[in-house]
Amino acid sequence: MVAPTAKKLFSVTLRVWRQAGPAAPGKFVDYPAKDVNPDMSFLELLDVVNDGLTLKGEEPVAFAHDCREGICGTCSCTINGKPHGPGQGIATCQLYMRSFQEGDTIVVEPFRAQAFPIQKDLITDRSAFDKIQQAGGFISVRTGAAPDANSIPVPKEDADLAMDAAACIGCGACVAACKNASAMLFVAAKVSHLGLMPQGQPERDKRVLAMVQTMDEAGFGNCTNQYECSAVCPKLISHDFIARLNRDYVAALLKSRFKAVSNTAGGGAG
Amino acid sequence: MAKLESKVPSGPLADKWRKHKTEIKLVNPANKRKYEVIVVGAGLAGSSCAATLAELGYKVKNFVFHDSPRRAHSIAAQGGINAAKNYQNDGDSVHRLFYDTLKGGDYRAREANVHRLAEVSVNIIDQCAAQGVPFAREYGGLLANRSFGGAQVSRTFYARGQTGQQLLLGAYSALSRMVGAGGVELHTNSEMLDLVVVDGHAKGIIVRDLVTGAITRHSADAVVLATGGYGNVFNLSTYARGSNATAIWRAYKRGACLANPCYTQIHPTCIPVSGDYQSKLTLMSESLRNDGRIWVPKKKEDAKKNPADIPEADRDYYLERIYPSFGNLAPRDVSSRAAMRMCDEGRGVGETGLGVYLDFADAIKRLGEPAVRERYGNLFDIYHEITAENAYKTPMRIFPAVHYTMGGLWVDYNLMSNIPGLFVLGEANFSDHGANRLGASALMQGLADGYFVIPYTIGDYLAGQKPGSRPAPDRAEFKQAEESVMGMNSRLLANKGRQPVSHFHKRLGKIMWEHCGMARTKAGLEAALQKIPALREEFHATVKVPGSADTLNQSLEQAGRVADFIELGELLCRDALTREESCGGHFREEYQWPDGECKRDDEKFGHVAAWEYQGEGKAPLRNAEPLNYEFTKMSVRSYK
Repeated sequence: MVAPTAKKLFSVTLRVWRQAGPAAPGKFVDYPAKDVNPDMSFLELLDVVNDGLTLKGEEPVAFAHDCREGICGTCSCTINGKPHGPGQGIATCQLYMRSFQEGDTIVVEPFRAQAFPIQKDLITDRSAFDKIQQAGGFISVRTGAAPDANSIPVPKEDADLAMDAAACIGCGACVAACKNASAMLFVAAKVSHLGLMPQGQPERDKRVLAMVQTMDEAGFGNCTNQYECSAVCPKLISHDFIARLNRDYVAALLKSRFKAVSNTAGGGAG
Repeated sequence: MAKLESKVPSGPLADKWRKHKTEIKLVNPANKRKYEVIVVGAGLAGSSCAATLAELGYKVKNFVFHDSPRRAHSIAAQGGINAAKNYQNDGDSVHRLFYDTLKGGDYRAREANVHRLAEVSVNIIDQCAAQGVPFAREYGGLLANRSFGGAQVSRTFYARGQTGQQLLLGAYSALSRMVGAGGVELHTNSEMLDLVVVDGHAKGIIVRDLVTGAITRHSADAVVLATGGYGNVFNLSTYARGSNATAIWRAYKRGACLANPCYTQIHPTCIPVSGDYQSKLTLMSESLRNDGRIWVPKKKEDAKKNPADIPEADRDYYLERIYPSFGNLAPRDVSSRAAMRMCDEGRGVGETGLGVYLDFADAIKRLGEPAVRERYGNLFDIYHEITAENAYKTPMRIFPAVHYTMGGLWVDYNLMSNIPGLFVLGEANFSDHGANRLGASALMQGLADGYFVIPYTIGDYLAGQKPGSRPAPDRAEFKQAEESVMGMNSRLLANKGRQPVSHFHKRLGKIMWEHCGMARTKAGLEAALQKIPALREEFHATVKVPGSADTLNQSLEQAGRVADFIELGELLCRDALTREESCGGHFREEYQWPDGECKRDDEKFGHVAAWEYQGEGKAPLRNAEPLNYEFTKMSVRSYK
């Protein structure tokens, strides 16, 4: 199944961040790569380099990857200073070597942020994103309790806009690109997706307050409107959603001053 | 010999599930919290199961080897999810979805399971819509549908080309809610390396923390595996690189039967292979076949020409020609083999000759480029990223690739394996797709199992287990399993090898693709059964695994998975050799009709083959569960 190729092969140098563990000091190490096929993906080149290191008795470079088609959000390299590298609207795994030229030195680092501690080499711990989701990134609906799907019409424009926000793959590039390591784009995407749907209205205020609070506690910074986040987002999620998040947050905060007198009413029956 | 009781309830087909639900045992609400259930995997089946069991009140521990449950490979499913809603008023019904799925599976699935799947399909859409899944809508706000292969109605619900992502994020949100509420204890970066069986019941697992390397024991009242399929046995596939068979394979080696491993699905529309370094094949969704037309040149000498230079009269739209009533939407197995036949005739296109065209010129003429972009834009973008070609201007080149495995651990109607207390959901089990899965049915099955089947059927098992009776993890069975895992890891690390793990995975993949891919023969399979044991021996003698066991070590993870793939590959070929018929995704060249279609042998092979491990170096035992068709006639599948 292997194809011969007429493509011109070339050579590059990978300058890779190596760090043995969370507490170990890290440094850049250069690895030359020859016979690079322009149709190779960047991660496939890392595979080849790693096989070479293994044969030499060195430890291969640890890097996060899984689906290799830009949807799982696992891969997370900062390449030449830009999260996910030089392409636009792609994840690291969708970067192909045809983006580089003979003799290039390619600098490869993990996504850097205080809230994403390095585990090894290019792999970081992004579990803070899961914690934010657990705080409120859902609609509370017990399995089996749902009404017929067409009983809740959703205007097409709203559904399309919600889908734009819901396309977030949770990779964390937005955080890595931001000088404040802000997770506002990530949180805004989820808050907007659910807030745009009629199903998401009952918990809209509670959701935004809980998610923002958890985001702050996890050590992410605030947004200062530079929009580096949407520029590197592999799904090109718009920073407009951050405005929507801010609006929802302020409204929810104001409304939170008004509470029902008693939420214990209704007890005692039977 | 394993006892394979399907436990299909009696009664009319349409009443079986309803009746079963009212008859199986229940666990009372106050007792549910006394039971612990381990769920391995967090794809559609795993996360929907973990969330729903926790909502019911069970204590759930969810283990996932990814760094987050949202990364599971269900996320990559593109096209859609089937449901018999009949919102289009085009004649769909539960019975039609049942029939299409059974026929699509070439009459090798259990009737009752498939009917249940069709019944609960409608609940799935309700559930997902309520979770806020942003399904495609019509202007009136109601849900939109499209068509998929093997069906003559529009019953596929979708969210652009990212339906799997949106459904998984829905299930992940339900799971996250239960993690936040304390109902689910989530263990990420945690890979199951063994199943612990105590007194014949599945009561725990051994887990390796992929970040720290720590090995831990976990006991429970029941174990649910939702760990996906084994398609990476072919190395190159549309699976994620991390997708693996280790959980199901190690359960097999603890006594769970593995059913119909030879039923593998080759998807007709993937981007062709380009080089030896390649790690992955990328799918172009089947939904493209709604509007794209598949063709090759009529004349061999045109194969290398620019497609724009081949006039209409010299193009062979072979699916429309051979299968006029289904055309470009013929089922996956049928379409894949047709593509292979075209390439075998020398009419394949592209640099390698291993490709056919998927052309949108007519659709663009009919609908305009913006409409095509709205429907499939992200797929055209993916295609462009990989090939640097613009599919709005020139036809896509596609070729079949391994995509899904219909085989898996054997389960009864309750989704319980032959080991009591071990449940298997989603792609990891063998249950609903027979010998071929229809498009948009994997998402349906994963969510059916997790949301709507296991929450009922697990209670039937747990009700028979005394609350608080689960074994302590210091029992000998746990210790033995832990030692076996540690022993395997240290043997791999101690090897003074000379080849990286990937070397063996590629070689295994080549053997499998050559001898057990789209078309299989007795001689080829026999050759594979010589080559694979030799490869296995060589692997254990010469694989080189750097690093240590007590740290993040991706080479070690991969080595364990490939070791299992090599063994599973052998069983797959053995199953393919013994099944002397062609059906669905299993095509034996010796058994075909003159027109090249599958020739089944219902008399001899109208059964499920469930393989039972007999120990190291011994041939596995082939058990058969007869498929009793009470309501449908096993007929010759025709899409003409």
